[in-house]
Amino acid sequence: MTLEAKQVSFGYAGQGQERVLRQVSLTIRPGERVGLSAPSGRGKTTLCKLLAGYERPDSGQIHLGGKPLASFRGFCPVQMIWQHPETALDPLLRLGETLREAGPVEQRLLDALHISPAWLSRYPGELSGGELQRFCIARVLRPGLRFLLCDEITAMLDLITQAQIWRFLMEEADRRRLGLLIVSHNRQLLKALCTRVEQLEK
Amino acid sequence: MEPILSVRNLSISFTQYTSKTRRHRLHVIDDLSLSIEAGQVVAVVGASGSGKSLLAHGILGILPYNAFLEGSIRYGGEALDQARAARLRGKEIVLVPQGVTYLDPLMKVGPQIRKGRRGKPLLDRCRAVLARYGLGPEVEDAYPFALSGGMARRVLISTAVIESPRLIIADEPTPGLDAQAAGRIMGHFRELADGGAGVLLITHDLELALTVADRVAVLYAGQTVEEAPACAFAAGRLLHPYTKALYQALPQNGFIPIPGTQPYPGEIAQGCLFAPRCDRCRAQCKEASIPYRAVSSGYVRCLTAEEEETA
Repeated sequence: MTLEAKQVSFGYAGQGQERVLRQVSLTIRPGERVGLSAPSGRGKTTLCKLLAGYERPDSGQIHLGGKPLASFRGFCPVQMIWQHPETALDPLLRLGETLREAGPVEQRLLDALHISPAWLSRYPGELSGGELQRFCIARVLRPGLRFLLCDEITAMLDLITQAQIWRFLMEEADRRRLGLLIVSHNRQLLKALCTRVEQLEK
Repeated sequence: MEPILSVRNLSISFTQYTSKTRRHRLHVIDDLSLSIEAGQVVAVVGASGSGKSLLAHGILGILPYNAFLEGSIRYGGEALDQARAARLRGKEIVLVPQGVTYLDPLMKVGPQIRKGRRGKPLLDRCRAVLARYGLGPEVEDAYPFALSGGMARRVLISTAVIESPRLIIADEPTPGLDAQAAGRIMGHFRELADGGAGVLLITHDLELALTVADRVAVLYAGQTVEEAPACAFAAGRLLHPYTKALYQALPQNGFIPIPGTQPYPGEIAQGCLFAPRCDRCRAQCKEASIPYRAVSSGYVRCLTAEEEETA
C-alpha cells in the first residue's frame, strides 16, 4: 500500500488565484521515512493536511493503495500529528476520555510512551507540551494505521523528550512497517531519522 | 570586574489555595544562581517547566501578585529591587519577547518602536535601527499582521535596542523560524554583546545557543544544575549528568534518550532533583539538598561530579 500525492494544487479560500501548493507530487512507501524540509510558508503543513484528508486538493489526487483516499471509511489509515499538541486536544475533556474517543488504546503503548496513569484524569491545560504530545501519538497508533505524518512534532520539546519520542516512533514504525512523513526545520534531526529527504520547491 | 547582572540563590514561590482556607506555598524556582558580564551572551537552557521565563520575569520585576521572590538580584553592582527594576526596564534592561503576539496589532510598527514619542533625532534613530536589521523604512508604516515571523522577530529586537540597553533578556526568540532565519537572529544578539551589552538568552534550543553563547547555564526543575563555558560541550568537559544527557540527546550526538520526565514543583521533597533519572545516584544524593559549588570552569550541583574531574 503506497501513499501518493499526484500533481496536487491547493489554495485556501479567500486567497484568490494564489496557490499554496502547485503541482506537487510525493510518494511514500511502507517502511519508508521521508523527510520534508522547506522555509516557512511553503505549504508543508498544507501538504500534510491534504495527505491526511483534512483538505481536498483543488486539482490532482491523493491515492492510498491506488484508490482515492476519500473512498476509505472508518478510521483513516493516514493520520497526522500536529506541531502544537495543546491545540490538537479538546481542552474540556479529561485526557483519558480523549484517548478512548476512537476506541481502546493498548496499555503497551501507554507504557512505552511513559504516560503516567495519573495524567489520564487531568485536563490538557494541566500538562506540559511534551506530555500532551505523547497522548497525541498514542491515540493515532491504532491497528489500522499505515502512514503517519509528523508535522514538526518535537520542535517545541526539550532534547531528551525529543529523543525519547523519536526512539519510540522509530521502533514502532519499523515493527509495523509504517510509512512516515517527517516535517522539520532541523537538518540534523532529518539526517538521523529519514531514509530520504525531499525539498518542497516553490 | 563587577558583572552587569548577578543572581544569587534566587527562589520564586507561588501562594496557592489547596482548599478554601488552606494556603500552600509552591516553590517553582529554588536556589538559582547566575551572572552575566558586559560583552557576554549567557544562555539559559532548560525544558519547559524548568522556570526559564519566570527567571526573566523575576529580573524585570513583573511577577504576578501571588509570587514571592527570595535571594538577591544585583544589576550594575547595586541591588535590583522592585522600584529600581520598574525604573530601568524598557530602558537599560529590555526584554525581547517570544513572538508577534507581543506587538500591538492596532499600532503601526514605526510608532511602536518609538513608543509613541516624536522628534527628528528619534525618527532617524528608528530608521537606523531598522536598517541595521535589514528592514526598509516602509516597514514603519506596516501593521504587525503584515509582517512575516522573521520580520516580526527583528521588529521586536528593534523595539528593544532603540534604547541602547545594557542588559538584553531574550525569551525564546527563535521557535518557528527556519535554521537560516534563526541563525541570523542569533547573530544580532552576538553583535549586541560585542557592542558591550550583556545578553541573557533564554531558550530550549541547546544547539542554537551553543552557536553564540559564551557560557551556558542549565536549568532543571527550577534549579541551575551547571554553568559551563560553551566550549565545554564539544570538548566533553561537562560535569552534571543532566547536562551530559542533554548534549547526547542531540540528533548528531547519538540521539540517546534517558528515561523519565522532569519532576513537578514539590514532587521531590529532598535531595537531588535529578536523582530518579541518574545512573550515578547514591544514597547520600537523596539525603539533603545538593550545594551549587564552584569548579574550575564554572559551577555544578552534583555530589558525584568531582571524582570525574580528578580522574
